[in-house]
Amino acid sequence: MYSEKVMDHFQNPRNMGEIENASGVGTVGNAKCGDIMRMYLDIDENGIIQDVKFKTFGCGAAVATSSMATELVKGKNIQEALQVTNKAVMEALDGLPPVKVHCSLLAEEAIHAALWDYAQKHGIQIEGLKKPKSDIHEGEEDEEEEY
Amino acid sequence: MKKIIYLDNAATTRTSPKVVEAMLPYFTEFYGNASTIYELGTESKKAMNNARDIIADVLGAQANEIYFTAGGSESDNWALKATAEAYAAKGKHIITSKIEHHAILHTCEYLEKNGYSVTYVDVDENGIIKLDELKKAIRPDTILISVMFANNEIGTVQPIREIGQIAHEQGILFHTDAVQAFGQLPINVDECHIDMLSASGHKLNGPKGIGFLYIRKGVKIRSFVHGGAQERKRRAGTENIPAIVGLGEAAKLAAQSMAERTAKEAQLRDYLIGRVLKEVPYTRLNGDRVKRLPNNANFSFQFIEGESLLIMLDMEGICGSSGSACTSGSLDPSHVLLAIGLPHEIAHGSLRLTLSEETTKEDLDFVVETIKKIVERLRSMSPLYEDFVKKNGGERKNVQ
Repeated sequence: MYSEKVMDHFQNPRNMGEIENASGVGTVGNAKCGDIMRMYLDIDENGIIQDVKFKTFGCGAAVATSSMATELVKGKNIQEALQVTNKAVMEALDGLPPVKVHCSLLAEEAIHAALWDYAQKHGIQIEGLKKPKSDIHEGEEDEEEEY
Repeated sequence: MKKIIYLDNAATTRTSPKVVEAMLPYFTEFYGNASTIYELGTESKKAMNNARDIIADVLGAQANEIYFTAGGSESDNWALKATAEAYAAKGKHIITSKIEHHAILHTCEYLEKNGYSVTYVDVDENGIIKLDELKKAIRPDTILISVMFANNEIGTVQPIREIGQIAHEQGILFHTDAVQAFGQLPINVDECHIDMLSASGHKLNGPKGIGFLYIRKGVKIRSFVHGGAQERKRRAGTENIPAIVGLGEAAKLAAQSMAERTAKEAQLRDYLIGRVLKEVPYTRLNGDRVKRLPNNANFSFQFIEGESLLIMLDMEGICGSSGSACTSGSLDPSHVLLAIGLPHEIAHGSLRLTLSEETTKEDLDFVVETIKKIVERLRSMSPLYEDFVKKNGGERKNVQ
């Protein structure tokens, strides 16, 4: 069902954990849908993401996308981190099953939420960053099935 | 291949080697069509009648009340759709429960789109149907009550005799989906007032793709597959003789070994439940403690998600299943776990383990130790657990 890369990131997640007094923390998703991601960023005075950690409640794909997202933003500046899209996360994982695409959206959203928190705390505006939705699944509905 | 501990017997079972042995001659030796008049075909017919007799005997039914189908889903579809059609003049109302298999629920939804109305009766926190609500749901135009014998996820065994009695007192037909119960629990169709009963071969160490529908004599229910005169003209198509023979053999073996086998399974099940509840904190048992299938254990581990748990168990060679949304392909967790009142996040963290007669205590010891390690690891990764620990200082207790 999953690619080797997804399985690798699920079994050996990179950057799993917490950062105390993080520059920015973002939590997205909801327990109702079975996925919650929390992203911690440590951003230095030059705006470089020095460290990143995550915690995730969710399926194998949710863990793997969180893990890959942390790898993709680590060492980057804020603008580069904003360019890490769900598509980039998916490609880096050699793809996801269609029902798991929402996990990669969640990973992108988690990065944005953590950056938003960082901007709020520091009273700055990040160009191109919108206030994250509190619930990634807002407005997302199951497709009507025909019987 | 590494050793596999197979604990997903509610999904399917290993076909018994004895069953395979019984089936084999009907592929290459006695391959005749049972509808023919020459001796080769007669062999097939004899074998089929023998299987029918065995099943009828197990249920306390007549042989001509057993109709072979391609499995549980077909039997459920047939029972509901054909009854709805045949009794439409009397009424268009059906009563079922909220925790039925999708073969029932989706068929009911289909019927609702075609002018029928369906009442889905609630269950209590253990998954037992609320009989008072069932009684209240009955209307003058109610034609059928369909309630499963035992639930496939949480193993709860329903008060089938009482439900049958309620149905018959009101002159309503009673169907039960006994896919999980047949071969696991003693069933007598007369004592339980059952008019129709669905069962499937592969849940009792028989082959896949074969099942039957018991239809009580006198119930007018129409042909499901039109064509030849097979199955008393009610289900056309050349009979799958090897599978029918396999189903008969499986039913015979299951009936013979039932008392001893299920007592052993129930003992191991209770051992597993006891250890998990005691040794894994923030864990609950889903389903009734006593009124449950002898081989079913279903847990919810708070703060973790079921699919992750299943993948990690699989890496250790343990096969289980979960009511998590991720395993169903939708965003909602199991309708059964929601119906017993579990919050979504706890329903997502469920694990179903279903034993077989081959399961040993050593297997279960390994499973418990593995579960402990995996749950601890997944909780260390969980933001929900992090929040909980920060809020409560990590006090250990079981979830209510």
